Amino acid sequence: MNAIKKILGIVWILLALVAGWWLIGFAGPKLTSGTQDGMVFGIIILFVLMPLIVLGLVVFGYYALLGEYHQEE
Amino acid sequence: MSTTKDKKQSSIWSVITASSMGTLIEWYDFYIFGSLAVVLSTKFFPSDNPTAAFLSTLATFAAGFIVRPFGALFFGRLGDLIGRKYTFMVTLLLMGGATFVIGCVPSFETIGYAAPVIVLIMRLLQGLALGGEYGGAATYVAEHSPKGQRGFWTSWIQTTATVGLFISLLVILLTRTMLSPEEFDAWGWRIPFWVSILMVYVSYLIRKNMSESPAFTKTKSEGKISKNPLKESFGNKLNLKFVLLALFGATMGQGVIWYTGQFYAMSYLERVMSISPEQVISILVTALFFGTPFFILFGWLSDKIGRKTVMMTGMLVAILAYRPIYEKMYQTANIANKVEILDKAEFKAEFKDVNGVQDSVYTAHRYFEDGTYLKETKIVHLVNGVAKVVDGKRAEVKSKVVEVSSSDRWKLTLLVFIQVLFVTMVYGPIAAFLVELFPVNIRYTSMSLPYHIGNGIFGGLLPAISTYFVTNAQSNGKEDFYLEGLWYPIIIGAICFVIGMIYITQKMTSRYTE
Repeated sequence: MNAIKKILGIVWILLALVAGWWLIGFAGPKLTSGTQDGMVFGIIILFVLMPLIVLGLVVFGYYALLGEYHQEE
Repeated sequence: MSTTKDKKQSSIWSVITASSMGTLIEWYDFYIFGSLAVVLSTKFFPSDNPTAAFLSTLATFAAGFIVRPFGALFFGRLGDLIGRKYTFMVTLLLMGGATFVIGCVPSFETIGYAAPVIVLIMRLLQGLALGGEYGGAATYVAEHSPKGQRGFWTSWIQTTATVGLFISLLVILLTRTMLSPEEFDAWGWRIPFWVSILMVYVSYLIRKNMSESPAFTKTKSEGKISKNPLKESFGNKLNLKFVLLALFGATMGQGVIWYTGQFYAMSYLERVMSISPEQVISILVTALFFGTPFFILFGWLSDKIGRKTVMMTGMLVAILAYRPIYEKMYQTANIANKVEILDKAEFKAEFKDVNGVQDSVYTAHRYFEDGTYLKETKIVHLVNGVAKVVDGKRAEVKSKVVEVSSSDRWKLTLLVFIQVLFVTMVYGPIAAFLVELFPVNIRYTSMSLPYHIGNGIFGGLLPAISTYFVTNAQSNGKEDFYLEGLWYPIIIGAICFVIGMIYITQKMTSRYTE
């Protein structure tokens, strides 16, 4: 189980990068949509949701890779 | 012996009453703003004024998504420094005061830009207060709970969000029933905001006499209070790894399942299926009424078989069942599956002149054998008697309202009820799970942040993101466009389920039992 936890650490880091790339593609056009709803929505996705997912998952994956979640077993 | 036990039981019930009532009122306050958004926008945020409309968008998004985690940090820190009781008294008064002020602010017509600015500030204060309230109430109840019964006792706090929504819908429905539409529009919408101040006052009186949590008092007397809860919670790897695990392995999935079951279901019925707002409210109120006791059941069950088992089962069943459930919901009200009574159909065409703008209005009333009624309206904007053309297309607005038959209404109620059951499975034990993951001295701060990011941000953005998926698929001509919005909760829920199953251990969920 510990080995799976460690290997999956890489998966979470990669997932963070894919999610970041997808969110930029998703929210980017909203910033230039011309509507205020779209702009605010785009800003929230790009500057709140995306950093949370990317940074959070990268750090989580890094900790998993370091074996930080092994100790509790 | 039995007297001591009785005293303990009565004391825990007082704790539950005091905490739950305040938290319920906070949720009530938070929801009435959303439920009355249409009326509020006409009073404070006229859509023909760009600045006011911008403030409206900020009020909608910012309070629910951005400010809540800040409230969690600010009040969480305070709760770990000065105590749970005083902190969640402050959040209660802040929420009550802000709600009351919204009910008193003169309209945009009367005081101009000051009106939307005041409402926006009050809405932000509501978000801050909500961010601080939940963690305090959950921690306070958990720290009063007897060993091995935390899931059961904290599940009462978990019911408050649903009951708060239930009561807000009920108060609005009652106010609308008692007043004429003109009276409600003129001043009646203020009543649900004013009602709040009475409830807050009663709750304040009850909470005032409560004692501080025993675990916090003990930690304080031993001099073990954290000097810097924010640094210890998020600047320390030993704790940060559990904050991240709580977010990605529990609250993120719980947030999207909660928002799907209660809010997306509501907007799906109204916007995608075009069911009348009155029927949507009655379906939701009934499903919530019958679903709420299950929070207690699953909270109790989590004490017996483990928090992880209950929450992960709920998450898995939900992500597997969403598509079949929403397919069934859509087909239940789909008129393509029904036989029309052609003789009863009525069609009407008329010209309307509103403030010099001419419209051609076409209305169709259609009736079906099973009792379903459909009203379709098409408004064509005219210029000099000819249809106005914008970007090469006729300027027209189409709308439809479906009133389903009684048996279909019960079918839809059952399908929403099943989703509420999923909510109770993942949400019932979450407070106990979060509390036991973090030590007393930084508990309020540490548990509040993942909870509000999971629910406020991952869950709060769900209606907007899912609606975008549906609209996008519909404009691309996708046949099952009505199911596209479910990809967001399914993907987020699935990732959370895998992380939760692999990284959360039963031992981990009872790290801190004090």
